[in-house]
Amino acid sequence: MEYEIIVVGGGHAGIEAAHIAAFKGHKTLLITMNKQNIGDMPCNPSIGGTAKGIIVREIEALGGLMGKIADRSHFQIKMLNNSKGPAVRSLRAQADKVIYPKNMLKALEETENLDILEGMVEDLIIEDNVVKGVILENTQTIKAQIVILTTGTYLKANILIGSENTESGPHGERRSNYLSDNLKKYGLEIQRLKTGTPQRIKASSIDFSKMHEENGDDCLWTFSFDEPATYKPNEQQKCYLIYTNENTHKIILNNLEKSAMYGGYVTGVGPRYCPSIEDKLVRFKDKERHQLFLEPESLYYDEWYLQGFSTSMPRDVQEKMVHSLEGLENAIISKYAYAIEYDAINPLQITPTLESKIITNLFTAGQINGTSGYEEAAGQGLIAGINASLKIEQKEPLILKRNEAYIGVLIDDLVTKGTQEPYRMLTSRAEFRLILRHDNADLRLRELAHQKGTITDQQYQNYLNRKKALEEGEKYLRQTKLKITSEIKEIFIQENKTVPVVTESLFDLLKRPEITMNFLKNFIEIPFTSDIEEELEIQIKYEGYIKKTYKEVEKMTKLEEKQIPKDIDYQKVKNLASEARQKLEKVRPISLGQAARISGVNPSDLSILSIYLKKEYGKYEQK
Amino acid sequence: MDTTIAAISTNNIGSSAINIVRVSGKDAIKIVSSVFTNKKLETAPSHTIHYGYITEGKEKIDEVLVMLMRAPKTYTTEDTVEINCHGGYLTTNKVLETLLTHGAVLAEPGEFTKRAYLNGRINLLEAESVSDMLEARTESQSKMAMQGLTGKTTALISNLREKMVELLANIEVNIDYPEYTDELIITKENITPVLTEIKKELEKIINESKNGQLIKNGINIAIVGRPNVGKSSLLNAILEEDKAIVTDISGTTRDIIEGVITYQGILFNFIDTAGIRKTDDIVEKIGVEKSKKMLEQADFTILVLNNNEPFTSEDQELLKSIDPEKGIIFINKIDLETKLNLNQNKLAVLRGSTISKEGIEELKDKILSSFALKDIATKDLTYLSNTRQISLAKNALENIKHVISENEKDVPVDMLAIEIKEAWENLGKIMGEYYEDELVDNIFVRFCLGK
Repeated sequence: MEYEIIVVGGGHAGIEAAHIAAFKGHKTLLITMNKQNIGDMPCNPSIGGTAKGIIVREIEALGGLMGKIADRSHFQIKMLNNSKGPAVRSLRAQADKVIYPKNMLKALEETENLDILEGMVEDLIIEDNVVKGVILENTQTIKAQIVILTTGTYLKANILIGSENTESGPHGERRSNYLSDNLKKYGLEIQRLKTGTPQRIKASSIDFSKMHEENGDDCLWTFSFDEPATYKPNEQQKCYLIYTNENTHKIILNNLEKSAMYGGYVTGVGPRYCPSIEDKLVRFKDKERHQLFLEPESLYYDEWYLQGFSTSMPRDVQEKMVHSLEGLENAIISKYAYAIEYDAINPLQITPTLESKIITNLFTAGQINGTSGYEEAAGQGLIAGINASLKIEQKEPLILKRNEAYIGVLIDDLVTKGTQEPYRMLTSRAEFRLILRHDNADLRLRELAHQKGTITDQQYQNYLNRKKALEEGEKYLRQTKLKITSEIKEIFIQENKTVPVVTESLFDLLKRPEITMNFLKNFIEIPFTSDIEEELEIQIKYEGYIKKTYKEVEKMTKLEEKQIPKDIDYQKVKNLASEARQKLEKVRPISLGQAARISGVNPSDLSILSIYLKKEYGKYEQK
Repeated sequence: MDTTIAAISTNNIGSSAINIVRVSGKDAIKIVSSVFTNKKLETAPSHTIHYGYITEGKEKIDEVLVMLMRAPKTYTTEDTVEINCHGGYLTTNKVLETLLTHGAVLAEPGEFTKRAYLNGRINLLEAESVSDMLEARTESQSKMAMQGLTGKTTALISNLREKMVELLANIEVNIDYPEYTDELIITKENITPVLTEIKKELEKIINESKNGQLIKNGINIAIVGRPNVGKSSLLNAILEEDKAIVTDISGTTRDIIEGVITYQGILFNFIDTAGIRKTDDIVEKIGVEKSKKMLEQADFTILVLNNNEPFTSEDQELLKSIDPEKGIIFINKIDLETKLNLNQNKLAVLRGSTISKEGIEELKDKILSSFALKDIATKDLTYLSNTRQISLAKNALENIKHVISENEKDVPVDMLAIEIKEAWENLGKIMGEYYEDELVDNIFVRFCLGK
């Protein structure tokens, strides 16, 4: 058996990698331990969220699956941060844990050129530091030109509940015992990371009457740019908000040393931005209560996810903790919370295309690279799949820039700064977030996707149509003037808005912060669809800020264009601080821009490096 | 920085008894040893002093003390040798020349400090302070430069940045964890007071820094008036009084400076308002327009009127163009008959005579007191001391002012964050450093949210 591309792992990264490679016409094999676990959501029952929702839109724009499958599989969806500004708006869908994997498997099975095989990969075929295929547990070998590892949390995974330590992947699935040791043997650096998941509660044992309802939005949203929404807003499932209390805190603090974390049973490093409940209490002693959310996992079984209550306490303490919560006094815990430790590689050993620097033709994506989250994994999987394909096609790789996509920020951060804890995407990590918005993901990426051959002609056409509608819409707003009649004047005054002195175009009126499209609709027809309306309103209203961001982008781009030759010998660059020299040798940045983002490389090191480059290589190689 | 640099590090080499030649770089010790009679130098421990002669071939050039300082505990963090020469200008130059012929390269102005910065020993603010210090001509100047060195300015700026980070952190947490309503939610209402406080402090720093600039660069004073009212005699009277401390200005200042005195530790630069020292013939050709232009460059203006002549429309024109806070009228020639019919209450008025020197001392006092510099000169001198720093601080202030007004217009907090961050970066640049990570790291240490 021989394939062009083998993808190891059927999680969110593996799915996107395998799908896009097959879509691009490459004979692809996806190897997973259990076909039924493809697209499984072992933690929270949602797709999207702040920043993450924008990643899903980018995946969608680039031809990935996550967004459209989430659209077909959720029972609640809402737009987060609606009031805080356009750049940080982001969708979150409560995806059904039964339906989502089912739809995903179906989509993969319908993908041409893609085979799915159940099996456990424990080693790679490596010749002269080039990967040639994989070796399964049963010693079967399968050859391929490129291998993409998306092993998630399965490498030497251990599940910790109090002092119990079980060698196991999530859900009691088998772990991979040898693959990470073999990777180490080939020169990859292995680090131990940790994450965790909270309890699942039997719905029938919850008293919802004491809890605060959290509803979906009363309108239609989709991640997809190509498929309409199919749900009915009023049929969405509710989630609930509850709080910890004094008693909960007492139970936790009294039993602290029984937790795997504080009892010293854990060696992995956990994510700072998703702390366990005991972490929260220890770090923030003064806080009287913490928010928790109850979310249904599926409409097809009655387990609810207790978000915010992740812990590594023993079972008996977990019982007490859960029962101390209002509405959960009689709750039946169907699954206990646990911490999971697993092996990951050091992302400083991979390039921005997600190929290993150590082993040629080996790509990695998802949690193996040190990230956390379904969306972060899927984004990387997609890029790994695209770049693996492009490599086979002998074409230029796809490296998204920090000003093009959150996925670009994510990968640049990983390969430039490395990570000591599972990396979670946050809007604050994206310095150009104002131009990396939910609404413009297609405008940012579809042209690129079309060039790289990762979307269908229809998808490209949809983008062109939207672009045309935007152009026409802008023209309409510029040409249409609002004549201020006494009636209109009256409404302006009533609504406490400054009355325009002269007849202004709608375009100019919209520049004012207090004038919205909705307000203008009181007097004049605005013949756009809601997405065009949103897009234009943002572009007009925040033009000044957007321009400012582009100026910053320009500054970065200048540094980015100053390429550093691949063969540079940092030992020869005199006067670099030793920390900077070490970091530069490790990361081997492709440009001065990337070098500037390495922590430990100071402005003076950059000056020195830049002087050296000028002297040694004449003018910088310009892109 | 492969080269070893050398330069004469003392000023006034002609008149001073000892001059120092400083050598820095990887070959500093080797180069000096090759021209030094005391052969122990090359192997001697760091931070020791050695006696001997600098020689060129068989010729002894100077009897010197050599200070040996090995890397990294030196000013530049490189091997450094300082040669205390005992001869005058010629000899010291000869010593330098000898070093240059043995492999050292003449240092560019500021290169020692530049190396200290590039080698990471000092930050940009400190580097600037060093150059301020070296250029300091009065005591208050050097005091101010010292403040920069001790990092007092850094503390001041850091404190403001910390306040911005706190606000940003809160905004960012609200954005990244939108449903955690127990955290402080930043709204239009609670953003303004914080920013207003930051704005006030920034304004204070900038205003005081402008005074700081006056300390550093001196007060630019314009003397204006119609021809023949006695402008040049007034200038001469002021300069003459302080003849002993008139600074030699040739080459050190711009052409427009006509004369400089130090008064109570502060430099007074008299700027050339249409060549007031030149002959009256030329002065007559220079119109009021030109005088007005000069006024723009002045920190303070003295309008000279002739007691013996009536007030003219030309005088009125000049009077109009003077800032009431930063100007004074000097009525000259009070020994002559009063024909001046002055009727105004815009400017303070002083009467005197350039012949009898009456009113001159008082005039200098008035100038000084209108800047409230006395406090600064003696007290807590925590200021930004150069144009680059002040303009960055001003940019930050503009950012903050803009955010405040945008906030009033209900611009969403996400946009405001962009500009608050810009202000934060502008202040960071004052110290020549800012790290993106610093902000991100700062943001989440104080919150606890998530799964």
